[in-house]
Amino acid sequence: MVPTSYYLILSAVLFGLGVVAFVFKRNVITIFMSIELMLNAVNLAFVAFSQARHQSDGQVFVLFVIVVAAAEAAVGLGIIILTARNRQSLNVERVDLLKL
Amino acid sequence: MTPQLAIFFVLAAIAVIGALSLILQRHPIHSALSLIVVMIALAGLYLLMGSEFVAAVQIIVYGGAIMVLFVFVIMLLNAGVEERTNVSKLAGIAGIPLAVALLGFLAAAIARSNETAQAGFQSGGLANTKDISTMLFKDFVYPFELTSFLILVAILGAIVLAQRENS
Repeated sequence: MVPTSYYLILSAVLFGLGVVAFVFKRNVITIFMSIELMLNAVNLAFVAFSQARHQSDGQVFVLFVIVVAAAEAAVGLGIIILTARNRQSLNVERVDLLKL
Repeated sequence: MTPQLAIFFVLAAIAVIGALSLILQRHPIHSALSLIVVMIALAGLYLLMGSEFVAAVQIIVYGGAIMVLFVFVIMLLNAGVEERTNVSKLAGIAGIPLAVALLGFLAAAIARSNETAQAGFQSGGLANTKDISTMLFKDFVYPFELTSFLILVAILGAIVLAQRENS
C-alpha cells in the first residue's frame, strides 16, 4: 500500500525538474525532451488519482495525453529539423529572429 | 516497510536520478537516454499501481516510438555538446527560484489535502484494462475519433515541414 500523496510528490518533483531543464538547457532538442518529462509527470498524477478513486477516467486521459505527445513530437521535430537546416545550429540563442 | 513501498522508493529514486541526469548531461544523446530511464521507471510505477495497460502503452509509445524519433533526429542533425552563453546564466538566476517556488506550492497543496494523503489504494483495483476500453469506446468515443484526426494532421504537418523545397 503506497499512499497516493507519495505518487503526487514524485509527480511534482519530476515536473519541477522538467521546468528546470526547460529553463536551463540551450539545446532545442533537450528543451523539447524536458516538455516530454513534464507530460510524463502529469501522467503519473493522472494514474495515481485514477487508482486512488477507483475510476478509469484518469487512465483514458493518460492515453489522450500520450497521443497528443506523439503528435507534438512528430510536428515539433519536423520544425526542429527545418530550423537546424536554416540556422546551422541547435542553440536556441541563435534562433532570435522575433527578438527586439 | 512493505515490499510495495520499497519498490516504490527504488523506482522513484531511479526516476529522479534520471531526470537529474537529463539536466546535468551536456550531450543531447545522453539526455535522451536519461529520459528513457525515467520513462521505464514510470512504467514500473504504473505496474505497481495496477494499471498494466498504461504501463504497456508507456513503454511501447514513449520508450519505443517517441524516444526513437528523438534519438533519430539527434543523430540526423549530428547534435554536439551544447554551448554555454551569458543568457543561460541569467535564465538560471531567474529560473531556479521560480522552479523551487513552483515545487514548494505543489508540495504545500499536496500536504494540505488530507483526504488524498490518507487514502491509499489496493493494487489491482477496479480500474483495469477492460474498464478502460469500455470507457474509451463508449463515453470517450468522439474524443477518440478526434485523436485519429489529430494524428492525420500531425503526419501531414511533419511531411510538409520536413520535405526539401524543390523550387
